[in-house]
Amino acid sequence: MRMLDRKWLRELWQMRGQALAIALVIASGITTFIISRSTIDSLTYTQSRFYRSTRFADVFDSLKRAPLAVVSPIREIPGVARVDARVLAPVTLDVPGFSDPVSGALLTLPESPGAPNQLYLRAGRLPGPDEDDAVVVNESFADAHHLKPGSRLAATINGRWKSLVVTGVVLSPEYVYLIRPGDFFPDYKRYGVLWMNRRPLSAAYGMDGAFNNVVLSLAPGASLPAVIEQLDSVLARWGGVGAIGREDQTSHHYLSEEIKQLRAQATIVPIIFLSVAAFLLNVVISRLIHQQRVPMAILKAFGYSNRAILFHYMKLVTGIVIAGSVIGVVAGAWLAHGLSNIYSEFFRYPYMYFVLRPGVALTAIAISALAAYAGTIHSVMRAAQVPPAQALHPEAPPVFHESLLERAGVKRYLSQGARMILRNIARRPIKAGLTLLGVAFSCAIVTMGGLFNDAVNYMIDLQFRRSQHADLIVTFTDTASSRAMAEARSLPGVVMAEPMRAVPVRLRNGYRTYRTALQGYAPDGRLNELLNTRLQPVRIPRSGVLLSDYLARRLAVEPGDAVTAEVLEGARPVLRIPVSGVVREFAGMNAYMSVDALNRLMPDEHGLSGVFLRVDPAIQPRIYTELKARPKVAGVTIRAVAIRSFHELMAENILIYATVMLVLAGTIAVGVMYNSTRVALSEREFELATLRVLGLTRREIGYILLGETGLLTLIAIPIGFAIGWAFSAYIAVSLASTLYRVPIVIEPPTLGRAALVIILSAIASGLYVYYRLGRLDLVAVLKIRE
Amino acid sequence: MDASQAIPVPDETRRAVFRTRALTKTYVVGEIRIEALRGIDLDLYAGEFAVLLGASGSGKSTLLNILGGLDTPTGGTVHYADHVLSQANDRELTRFRREHVGFVFQFYNLIPSLTARENVAIVTEIASHPLTPEHALEVVGLGERLDHFPAQLSGGEQQRVAIARAIAKNPDVLLCDEPTGALDSKTGILVLEALERVNRELGTTTVVITHNVVIGEMADRVIHLSDGRIAGITSNPVRRPAHELRW
Repeated sequence: MRMLDRKWLRELWQMRGQALAIALVIASGITTFIISRSTIDSLTYTQSRFYRSTRFADVFDSLKRAPLAVVSPIREIPGVARVDARVLAPVTLDVPGFSDPVSGALLTLPESPGAPNQLYLRAGRLPGPDEDDAVVVNESFADAHHLKPGSRLAATINGRWKSLVVTGVVLSPEYVYLIRPGDFFPDYKRYGVLWMNRRPLSAAYGMDGAFNNVVLSLAPGASLPAVIEQLDSVLARWGGVGAIGREDQTSHHYLSEEIKQLRAQATIVPIIFLSVAAFLLNVVISRLIHQQRVPMAILKAFGYSNRAILFHYMKLVTGIVIAGSVIGVVAGAWLAHGLSNIYSEFFRYPYMYFVLRPGVALTAIAISALAAYAGTIHSVMRAAQVPPAQALHPEAPPVFHESLLERAGVKRYLSQGARMILRNIARRPIKAGLTLLGVAFSCAIVTMGGLFNDAVNYMIDLQFRRSQHADLIVTFTDTASSRAMAEARSLPGVVMAEPMRAVPVRLRNGYRTYRTALQGYAPDGRLNELLNTRLQPVRIPRSGVLLSDYLARRLAVEPGDAVTAEVLEGARPVLRIPVSGVVREFAGMNAYMSVDALNRLMPDEHGLSGVFLRVDPAIQPRIYTELKARPKVAGVTIRAVAIRSFHELMAENILIYATVMLVLAGTIAVGVMYNSTRVALSEREFELATLRVLGLTRREIGYILLGETGLLTLIAIPIGFAIGWAFSAYIAVSLASTLYRVPIVIEPPTLGRAALVIILSAIASGLYVYYRLGRLDLVAVLKIRE
Repeated sequence: MDASQAIPVPDETRRAVFRTRALTKTYVVGEIRIEALRGIDLDLYAGEFAVLLGASGSGKSTLLNILGGLDTPTGGTVHYADHVLSQANDRELTRFRREHVGFVFQFYNLIPSLTARENVAIVTEIASHPLTPEHALEVVGLGERLDHFPAQLSGGEQQRVAIARAIAKNPDVLLCDEPTGALDSKTGILVLEALERVNRELGTTTVVITHNVVIGEMADRVIHLSDGRIAGITSNPVRRPAHELRW
């Protein structure tokens, strides 16, 4: 082995503490990058595999009722490959041992193995052709109620009670994300999807020889808008509500929004992380190399060329980069695998294909390596420019001046130690600035890590505590008459009841459109409070519509403008409605009107889609029983449950990611603090030993050394808060989607935690260095200059 | 070897500031044992100016380090007045240095971020009966350059600041390790004059390490060290003033 090679191996070993800290910074950056990219790659790949294997449909439509003979004109639409004309019945379910109201959808089984939306069997078997009471159950629902092949449950179909037996548990591409229409969050206990044979379902739902739902798969190259247009014209006279593509299909829409958010998260967060890590790496490595001034001069004096020396230090840094990359890739792959599994479980994929593209790992490594090498080249070249004789000679005392603060008259209050601290900072402002920035960045990413938790709590507070005051939201299977209100008021324990009407519409402003529902609320209602952009309550106008802020922006309308609403049910009128105001909402894309105004606009069908209830908690179970007995009740949303399921959703999803980020941010913080303090010690060892010889205690020199880091740390923390806020704002903007917007909320405890992480890592590094101060070689300073 | 250079017998009648008996120091470096001191019996008296003379490796620096409380002996005893330095721990040695010892280094070791006055003040701030920094700098002839930073001072001036820093706490002993080693002879003599003045005016016991024989002429006693032992002690009946020295 050549001597230089031995030297680098030994030096790497000697500086193993610092090297490890740097390697961990590299590893944290790489890990974040891999986790984010890999998770998203795995999810998209798994999704596309699942869609392909189950023949996920391309076009979806619902209608009132059409004879099965209408299937053939649909089949003849150019571009249509397969058609499945189905019966979809809204049902209320009775699960043994569960008293809350449960709603669901009962669907006919796919017609043939080639039909769209095949079921993926997870347990048991599909019902045999003659089993009239046999159903297969969606897995999330089955798991929530421990339903297994052989379990029994009952459904009220069209007002008729029917006993059912479960033969199998399935997954469907249509219900990957299982959510009751109109709900914000999934609730697997209270909403389920079941499939059964056509004959018994048609009989029970009054759909013999007819269908009310159709799904199509398209031939390659078919035009989606053309097919939708023709299908709409075929079904227009059968009460079709308007065909939609995958884009607008509930489950797929949610999934794509989730994936879009994840992708935004997976792009921005790691880029911030990796650039912060790269920046810190560059700073730390520059300092490390600068300390090697004398050995470098000696090598040059022996006749080693600048190139050989540069190469030598590149190898030293390569060793650190390799160590960091190995840790980063292994930890990244491991965590990404775990996270993908959590997601796949959350989305209910039957399998998970884990994808770690080599390009992802290589990109992360390349960015880190580049930063490390840039730091190395810069410092080595700077050091190499000094002639060896000069580098070996004791350095002339560096030039100091009084610091600005002292000239401003504070001087007489400062001890010599405090003056040393200030002048050291003032003499090398760039170096101090970089340390400051390094600590600030660490603090910023820890701060950023807390964003999601705070934002989620804020959203819940706003959505459920300040906006929604109803304990129960009861939705009806069909538009009910106004007598339903009186009936609701008369239920036992109901303290307050308010009407609700939801009309599916496509809102349009020029070429900008969005499919949502016009929600009609009582104008003077107290159970739903809408808040304006300054979070003050807004009254629902007598006429005109209130749009959620994100929807208004999406449609590019402002109060005073008007939007076109293409109603997607009944007589399908096209309405022109003035926009009266904008409300602040972090979830969904909603439009609100007065229920009376809405009913005036829909002259054919006056009525209610549901009611909001405030109830006496003591007799809430009795209300459930009452509601269940009413066939027109499609579903009941319980506020407390909604809050809980929102928490669970978030915990499963974003918060895990945020926690991982927090740990990695902490690692970076410790790595940076340790290195700054450690480098400060080696730079000033000589000076400190001199002071020790002069009789200063370890504590006194500790103050001088750690005071500088401490002062910089204290200044850096608020700067870190500001940077963290800016990062968070950027993330929040990039994550905004139709599902929800992340408010930029950072609570004091998050700031406190970020400060604590930084201060603790500063103290830990400080303690270590303080321990090292006890081992300063006092004798050496008498003889050696540096 | 003349009479005055005979193997020394400590004079029990004078008040000794330092007293070492059978002092040994052995370093173990890897597998090699270096016997730096092999049995030193030495008394240093109050107010005297002593020069420790010897070649490299003679043990003079090791002896100075042990006297100054920077190192502990392997065997034997060191007394400073009524303190037993040979058994002191780190905390006690720090206090000893803080209260009683002034150090002057070969390379000055000034704190570059502090002015001349502040370099002195950093020691006076922790001393119990210090001179003012201005007075200390006056003694070494630098009363005019109080507010200069080390980078603005010549080597000789820096060394004199170092001396001022060492004497400002009014130490009982002043230990100087090759104080002129990094200086040309003209500047070196200025520094020695400063030491001479401190010794005369403040009565500080002064020990100077050097391998420059000429410096011995300004001392009360010259202690010759060789191979870790005292090879002899020369007493000068008359001390030569520093400004007469030439090398």
